[in-house]
Amino acid sequence: MSEHSASASAPALQRVGAMVLRYVYLLRSSWSRVLELVYWPAIQLFVWGFLQLYITQNSGFFARAGGVFIGAVLMWDILFRGQLGFSISFLEEMWSRNLANLMISPLRPIEFISALMVMSVIRLAVGMVPVTIFAIVFFGFNLYGLGLSLAAFFLNLILTSWSVGIVVSGLVLRNGLGAETLAWTVMFVLMPLTCVYYPVSVLPSWLQWIAWLLPPTYVFEGMRALVMQETIRADLMAEALALNAVFFAIAVFVFLKLLESARRIGSLLQTGE
Amino acid sequence: MPHEAAIEVYDLVKVYGTTRAVDGITFSLARGSITGLLGGNGAGKTTTIAMILGLITPTSGSARVFGAAMPQQRYQVLHRMNFESPFVDMPHRLTVRQNLNVFGKLYAVDGLPERIARLTRELDLTEFIDRPTGKLSSGQKTRVALAKALINSPDILLLDEPTASLDPDTADWVRGHLERYREERGATLLLASHNMAEVERLCERVIIMKRGHIEDDDSPPHLLARYGRENLEEVFLDVARGRGEAARDAAQ
Repeated sequence: MSEHSASASAPALQRVGAMVLRYVYLLRSSWSRVLELVYWPAIQLFVWGFLQLYITQNSGFFARAGGVFIGAVLMWDILFRGQLGFSISFLEEMWSRNLANLMISPLRPIEFISALMVMSVIRLAVGMVPVTIFAIVFFGFNLYGLGLSLAAFFLNLILTSWSVGIVVSGLVLRNGLGAETLAWTVMFVLMPLTCVYYPVSVLPSWLQWIAWLLPPTYVFEGMRALVMQETIRADLMAEALALNAVFFAIAVFVFLKLLESARRIGSLLQTGE
Repeated sequence: MPHEAAIEVYDLVKVYGTTRAVDGITFSLARGSITGLLGGNGAGKTTTIAMILGLITPTSGSARVFGAAMPQQRYQVLHRMNFESPFVDMPHRLTVRQNLNVFGKLYAVDGLPERIARLTRELDLTEFIDRPTGKLSSGQKTRVALAKALINSPDILLLDEPTASLDPDTADWVRGHLERYREERGATLLLASHNMAEVERLCERVIIMKRGHIEDDDSPPHLLARYGRENLEEVFLDVARGRGEAARDAAQ
């Protein structure tokens, strides 16, 4: 039997790959899971897209700002669906009572997090690529026309979504499925504060201070500057990236602390509430 | 220097709030031995196994596996261990083959397709290897869980109620497979069980726990002689109902 014995020095990438494979198997086995990835972003797009069409026809200001709402919807979905993709992949382990199997395997926490990050991008691509095509076909808004700026927007939004997903997963790990609701709701706290559909200047000054602490605010401001004034705000993207680096490091630290606490209170063997 | 003992537990304590789930237990398991952890509900068996696996951090004391402190040094030894329990599942929607493939890759098993083929043959999984794991009967699921626990040919196998909810035929079959695996691999097995017949058949040593303490620790024949009983179930009842000391005195 020794010819099949496990290796102590398996590359981390192989373990990350194994976890990604596990989630890909799951997606392949469930068409409803795949359909759901497209369904909600598409509904959002059509509601906001038609609203934009209507007000464009009735307002000179919006006639000049074509695409700003659709752009905001798509950007918001990258942020929200990115976090959801991360958190749901994690929740799949809780729902299937598989967490203890992973925690006694050589998989390290940082590898687990890496696999969840990869899966969030894969799930996002499955859901968002069709929706961006709908945006071109139905509303003439080409997200890919934003070019390099889109890459900067995407990077910053996905980093924030991962940070939130990591903390939410840590809380569920520590507190059980009773904390699952956080995965579906926590991002909506950011929605008014990050100024998805309106400029930061609309907020009262004390709230503006909080808004500028959140990386997505810079992205939405940058997107509006690009779509409405055709100005690339590299300064905003750099500031968002710096904030994201800090938040991501904090999120990983918090996750490791919550995992440590889960080991202390014995919650890794329990997956209930 | 290689450690003689596979598992060393020293003055191990786990406290949850005001409950001492495990209360200062000490034991050592020799390499290649097979030991039963016996005890009623709440005796501390699962908590003890979880601390050996590094799933739970001890309040005090230590649990060492091949000399590595758990959970601090767990990555030195986790690839040499595995665990099976009816209270832990595998992803339901994945087929048996997909699950074994994922776990095989996590453990970096050399020659994984051959290993899966061998386990499929040995554990009689061929008929349902490409069926979703969640759609199997409990007996089939137990065999799949055992295949997962053996995927990395572990040197230490920890089992929590390995035959719970199985019919007598399947349970007997699982026990036979565990015995063969231990003989072939020279692995160390530690199993927690309520099933006295199972412990009596499989284990060369039995550790009886009650309320977090070790009440007794010996081979099944010695335990039977010491308590003057015919089988381990009677010994277990003596201990569980607080008659252990009286039974021992009477036997002497």
